[in-house]
Amino acid sequence: MEWEAVIGLEIHAQLATKSKIFSGASTAFGAEPNTQACAVDLALPGTLPVFNEEALRMAVKFGLAVDAEIGRKSVFDRKNYFYPDLPKGYQTSQLFHPIVGIGHIDITLEDGTNKRIGVTRAHLEEDAGKSLHDEFPGMTGIDLNRAGTPLLEIVSEPDMRSAEEAVAYVRKIHSIVTSLGICDGNMAEGSFRCDCNVSIRPKGQEEFGPRTETKNINSFRFIEKAILGEIDRQIDLVEDGGQVIQATRLYDADKNETRSMRSKEEANDYRYFPCPDLLPIVIDEDYIEAVRATLPELPDARKARFINEYKLSEYDAMVLSGDHHTADYFETVANAASDAKIAANWVMGELSKMLNQNDTHIKDSPVTAEQLGGLLERIKDDTISGKIAKQVFEVMWSDGGSADEIIEAKGLKQVTDSGAIEKIVDEVIANNSAQVDQYINAEPDKRGKMIGFFMGQVMKASQGKANPGQVQGMLKQKLDALVS
Amino acid sequence: MFDKTLAELANGLKTGEFSSVELTQAYLKRIKAEDKKYNSFITVTEEQALQQAQAADQQIAAGSAGLFTGLPIAHKDIFCTKGVRTSCASKMLDNFISPYDATVVDKFNQAGAVTLGKTNMDEFAMGSSNESSFYGPSRNPWDTDRVPGGSSGGSAAAVSAQLAPAATGTDTGGSIRQPAALCGITGLKPTYGRVSRFGMIAFASSLDQGGPMTKTAEDAAMMLNVMAGFDKQDSTSVDREVPDYTAELDRPLNGLRIGLPKEFFVDDMDSAIAAQTQAAIKEFEKLGATVKEVSLPNTALSIPAYYIIAPAEASSNLSRFDGVRYGYRCENPVDLEDLYKRSRGEGFGTEVKRRIMVGAYALSEGFYDAYYNKAQQIRRLIRDDFAQVLNDVDVIMGPTTPHPAFQLGEKTSDPVAMYMEDIFTISLNLAGLPGMSVPCGTVNGLPTGLQIIGDYFAEQKLLNVAHQFQLATDWHTQSPQGI
Repeated sequence: MEWEAVIGLEIHAQLATKSKIFSGASTAFGAEPNTQACAVDLALPGTLPVFNEEALRMAVKFGLAVDAEIGRKSVFDRKNYFYPDLPKGYQTSQLFHPIVGIGHIDITLEDGTNKRIGVTRAHLEEDAGKSLHDEFPGMTGIDLNRAGTPLLEIVSEPDMRSAEEAVAYVRKIHSIVTSLGICDGNMAEGSFRCDCNVSIRPKGQEEFGPRTETKNINSFRFIEKAILGEIDRQIDLVEDGGQVIQATRLYDADKNETRSMRSKEEANDYRYFPCPDLLPIVIDEDYIEAVRATLPELPDARKARFINEYKLSEYDAMVLSGDHHTADYFETVANAASDAKIAANWVMGELSKMLNQNDTHIKDSPVTAEQLGGLLERIKDDTISGKIAKQVFEVMWSDGGSADEIIEAKGLKQVTDSGAIEKIVDEVIANNSAQVDQYINAEPDKRGKMIGFFMGQVMKASQGKANPGQVQGMLKQKLDALVS
Repeated sequence: MFDKTLAELANGLKTGEFSSVELTQAYLKRIKAEDKKYNSFITVTEEQALQQAQAADQQIAAGSAGLFTGLPIAHKDIFCTKGVRTSCASKMLDNFISPYDATVVDKFNQAGAVTLGKTNMDEFAMGSSNESSFYGPSRNPWDTDRVPGGSSGGSAAAVSAQLAPAATGTDTGGSIRQPAALCGITGLKPTYGRVSRFGMIAFASSLDQGGPMTKTAEDAAMMLNVMAGFDKQDSTSVDREVPDYTAELDRPLNGLRIGLPKEFFVDDMDSAIAAQTQAAIKEFEKLGATVKEVSLPNTALSIPAYYIIAPAEASSNLSRFDGVRYGYRCENPVDLEDLYKRSRGEGFGTEVKRRIMVGAYALSEGFYDAYYNKAQQIRRLIRDDFAQVLNDVDVIMGPTTPHPAFQLGEKTSDPVAMYMEDIFTISLNLAGLPGMSVPCGTVNGLPTGLQIIGDYFAEQKLLNVAHQFQLATDWHTQSPQGI
């Protein structure tokens, strides 16, 4: 039988507010355990939440970016369950009246086709703390620094049919929230994580099959692998006469498999009800329009502009607009070098290679966009060749400095003085008489290829600095003169 | 000295008749000598009280004293007090020393008040008799075999027995007004949102409100002047100007329109209480008020609605007491579930556990609409009833309770009978309205209370009406025998 997967995703994006959603404690990552948990975060008796309106502004930004309905009146609800890293014994969330209602985004697949994916809703909630099971043998440590960090939970429609579509959707949402500046998108630190709901059904069937939810996956690659694995597992199960049981599962990246966490029967009854400590959030048209006015250019618009303004290919535009740090970097380089094509090639080529090798994000690149732009300018004005530029770039990466400083210090300036080039050319011709004879005796149509040898010698002798165009011309002229 | 009101004591401090240290020492000595009979304090904060009194005396000497400087009061043990055990009368918090002050406590400290200690109460404010306290029941100074009411029973008993000139209380379904009525003192539950709930350990967040428990309406006005006001740490507190609550006390009551809800005179109430309420109304007519019968048709529904909403909120509010971060933790838990079950099972008393279970049930999947949503609908009906009546009258009056103080143990085996004692007080909390109880007579030697209900933020009016009544009558000056 032919099977079809049905995938819906819940993404938790940590909002980049300075303080927590209901307290004044800092949200900075990586502090000593429990140093960023105040009386409210510890749920001391008598403490009360106070809503951080910055989180509201960010949620509304997201809603506008995905063309969604914005809740004019949204309400916080309590989701009740016991866990040691949930200090109040309930999570403050929004069930009945979320801040962001129905919206959508468009994803582009590898074959170039576009697909619209529905966003069901997005709501504000607080993150829990962390339980540390390994550090203290026989005990569990609790770190409440993360408790109360604002999250935007973004729920998709079950519109995706393959792992590829799911990953494209997650990448797009990631690109939107980072472009908006409402989430740092750091998946390794858990700032952006994903729950995957997966089910299968015979192709052509309308009805959904029972689904599993795989929680808290924190890389694009793991999302893809977890979904592929879960689809295979479900198909094998059903084809062997079994049944998919509705359950929550965990993805084990080391074993590349999902395993059951709890079944539906064991699921909590969260006893949701409106939080009586917080007033409903009521916003009007003016508020929404004021937020709309602060929206930056979004990834789709930017991609279109890259194609129009910089004449980039569809593919280059997509890659360069996918992440706003990359897009900003590219634009700065392109403007400094006054050449979008060379800028695109360098950002996607040499820079990207070095970033990958050093596992560095472009926003932390040791070579700034201004530095790279300066370097490309020197290629354009023939101060250095593309080959020398790579050397300069490597120095820039490890030791810093502007292109001009490095070129000067290392004496890498391209030699364009024809007298100086002629001297080297003459030496090379004089020192390689055997090759010169071969050249003279060769068939005329083979000579062009043979010039490559002399080119290499001249460039070597000039330490790569001689202008290759000039060298080529001069060699041809002098060698051909020997022939006749 | 112990029969003096706050206003009189403030005058004594100002004229140098006595110092704050002398006053504080006298009260501390009296608490030590007398409170064995009443068990009205859980914790007496002698050392801090004397330090605060000394600081107050210095301020008075320096001429920088405010109206409240040097006056001793007691706080219900539901208000967090920095460096002092804040137990909520529960084994769960017997070891909890609060690292911070509740806003109400902070305001009194800023005003120069002296805190004598923390008063007894029903565990987590759940009860109408003070019998659910982990520290044993407080007793009614008018008859120590009887309850002082609850949940602010310790505050009422302490003021009634003259162990403190005034105290703070909290009122979720009548917890200020009912014990005030049963102990013959004055109690005011302000409009929801008038007094900050920050640092006031939550029972039912949408109903809880702190307020004063005093000898007189004038003292209640002085207390409310300190307590009331917007607090950015409490999102449900209301950002609205705080008037001087003593400013309108002397306004004559000519033309005051009083509504008497027929539903507040029920068949199974003590007939003497009904008669005394009528007698009190006659006093108001003598003062120039007009009286008409009104109707609050959904009064009877207030008890079932309250006993869904309050336990529902409580079941969630009390989840933080899990034995993990502070408070009681069971011995040698074998795993997480055992830690939760035994810490909570051993740390909470019977009534608290009963309400957590009722509340969790009412919020459960499949029951939510039938219970919680229905109760919220009733809540709106009750609010609408009051709004309609308060269009036609300035204040609503009736008895605070259907019976005077009952015997210790009389209703502990019948929780519903206990809940029925709150029939006249609960509807105000559901509506969020302010209400007062003032002494209006005695039945078989036990005091009874007149409840005065006003519109939202009409505390000034309530205090004016109560004060005029107290100028015309002397029920509020009567003391239990031997005090």
